Amino acid sequence: MIYFDNAATTLHKPEGVIEAVVRAMKTSGNAARGVHGASLGAAGTVYETRKKLAELFHCPRPDHVAFTANATGALNIAIYGLLAPGDHAVTTALEHNSVLRPLYDLEERGLRLDMVPADRLGNVRYEDFERLLRPDTKAVVCTHASNLTGNVLDLRRIGEMAHRHGAYLIVDASQTAGCLPIHMEEMGIDVLCFTGHKGLLGPQGTGGLCIRPGVELRPFQRGGSGVHSYDRRQPSAYPTRLEAGTLNSHGLAGLSAALDYIAREGVGALHAAEDALARRFYGEVSRIEGVTVYGDHSQAQRAPIVSLNIRDYDSAVVADVLYTDYEIATRAGAHCAPRMHEALGTTEQGAVRFSFSPFNTLEEVRIAVEAIRDLSKE
Amino acid sequence: MRPRLLRLIVSFHTTTAAMAMERYCLENAVPGRLIPIPREITAGCGMAWSAPPEEKDTVLRAAEGGEIEIAGTYVLEI
Repeated sequence: MIYFDNAATTLHKPEGVIEAVVRAMKTSGNAARGVHGASLGAAGTVYETRKKLAELFHCPRPDHVAFTANATGALNIAIYGLLAPGDHAVTTALEHNSVLRPLYDLEERGLRLDMVPADRLGNVRYEDFERLLRPDTKAVVCTHASNLTGNVLDLRRIGEMAHRHGAYLIVDASQTAGCLPIHMEEMGIDVLCFTGHKGLLGPQGTGGLCIRPGVELRPFQRGGSGVHSYDRRQPSAYPTRLEAGTLNSHGLAGLSAALDYIAREGVGALHAAEDALARRFYGEVSRIEGVTVYGDHSQAQRAPIVSLNIRDYDSAVVADVLYTDYEIATRAGAHCAPRMHEALGTTEQGAVRFSFSPFNTLEEVRIAVEAIRDLSKE
Repeated sequence: MRPRLLRLIVSFHTTTAAMAMERYCLENAVPGRLIPIPREITAGCGMAWSAPPEEKDTVLRAAEGGEIEIAGTYVLEI
């Protein structure tokens, strides 16, 4: 199988990740629930993972890295923890449902929400942020890169505008963590939400949020914390405030090993590899008659995603044929990004998404291009 | 039970801070180890750093050097 569904989850993980998970499953106790070797071993792994993530994303404090099961969990904590009915928030048409649905839910309860639109290339106009930001805007919630087009947003610019209006910037880095450099301080990110199983090359069930010191998020869940058992309230100190219940220390052991791999190889080198594949693929398929490619591929920095359609064929049928006839795994249909599909005009047809990882090869790209060429002639 | 000994006990608000303390002390050869938090400090659960009382200055300097927030410092017979 040729796997081009890395924006959903990276399939190929470094061997050290798998070994670390197996080792943890054989040796780890419950992190923060005891003071014996097995528990301390797990707690140590969790702590080292926080430190590595803080370093990677330039989060000033490791104890401001809180773990969740995925980016959706992190975004729910950030959005519900910061926004309340009566607040004003700004988001974009590029967003995934993990951002939109929590915001829509709050909107039904009195949040005032404005949305920065996207054009047919999937681009925003940054002036629109300026236009929509108000003195009472509490937060801008936006993605770093669209999961449908791969277009990247200029977070530094958005962060500067948000802060000038006294608003926080919450970022969904699902498609960029581990792929593109992220510098919380320089980009003005107040809460960075990430998943561990995509560009970070770790196991599913890992994710979290990095919180700028001074940003106060209300707890989303309440429960066991390993400290202050007789307090009626969830402890207030980060990260315990946001981490009720047992952490996935087995998965985090894998994520820790993945972070070691990324540190050794370098985010820049890993992205250069996947970016070269995505651009080669785009360069070839965009010249095939009958193929429509979505997104702005003139961007210097992009997530390694190329979404396309062939004539008016149902994207689900194309993806199915790609898999059954060519053993090429892609994703079809809508991509949990309804406003993006509206902007691109693909609400009915959906799109076939090819998403790349550093472990893909040029030969795989060549085979995929040939497959698209074949299908375009049918 | 075993004879009680006078110990310096440092408590923390979070397990993360306790782990930071353990890492820092191991790297800098600061004496002590993590223990379950004694009931004299809190009847809850959690972990604390335990060291000989005469090492108090060294331990507190370590917490400061590691930028580790501590909840309290005690000398207890445990």
